[in-house]
Amino acid sequence: MTAIYEIIVMLFILSGTFLTLAATFGVIRLPDIYTRNHAASKATTLGAMLILLGAMFYFLFFEDHFNSRLVLAILFIFMTAPVSGHLIGRAAYNSGVKLWNKSVADELARDRKKMKQGKSI
Amino acid sequence: MKTNNLILQTATKILLFVIVLFSIYMFFAGHYEPGGGFIGGLMTSGAIVLLLIAYDIKTVSKALPFDYKKVVGVGLLFATGTAAGGLLFGKPLLTHWFTYVDLPLLGKTSLHTAVLFDIGVYLVVIGTTMTIIQTIGESE
Repeated sequence: MTAIYEIIVMLFILSGTFLTLAATFGVIRLPDIYTRNHAASKATTLGAMLILLGAMFYFLFFEDHFNSRLVLAILFIFMTAPVSGHLIGRAAYNSGVKLWNKSVADELARDRKKMKQGKSI
Repeated sequence: MKTNNLILQTATKILLFVIVLFSIYMFFAGHYEPGGGFIGGLMTSGAIVLLLIAYDIKTVSKALPFDYKKVVGVGLLFATGTAAGGLLFGKPLLTHWFTYVDLPLLGKTSLHTAVLFDIGVYLVVIGTTMTIIQTIGESE
């Protein structure tokens, strides 16, 4: 049984670290702030959640100790990281950071132009 | 343009309870595990700072109508009261007691007068940080 437990814990922690590494490469390689924010806020959230879940299973299986703080931390990261990503992206857009020069859609600019003309969106 | 803070405000409404609950847990865990009055107070004032970020300073002072300088005073009163409690029974200053009590739901619980001292630390930390942050935030 311990071999199965070890494999479960190992899978969670390794996939979490892999996702975090992929997010880091995304932040380095992607062209503008919006795509970088997309990589960082999505992949790092899932990576951190998987690592915490692996740690929770480790303590549950090998130490016989259910750590509810880790469950709370998983829920907390799941709720806060997308909100912070949204706020960073919106702050960048409102302070006039340009999109990548090959991007084709800017729906927020279109909607704001409509709002200025007094139409409903 | 009117700013639309709906996502941050809704997330704050839910997250506030998680943060306050965890700060209270940290406060009561202080005797046997890492935690205590200092970090519990800092975390509670962190929750109030999150409210201040999501809403404005007038809304928060309407929702939590505390004068934080008085909170510091009450906290110091708790600490000095616990210290002086030893003198009443002819023991040295800051002598603490504990006893085991059978509470109806919690079972055998040890009640310790050091918790009262820790409540003092908790209130002083909340009062100090919130006074600093609100004073800086209100000045132009």
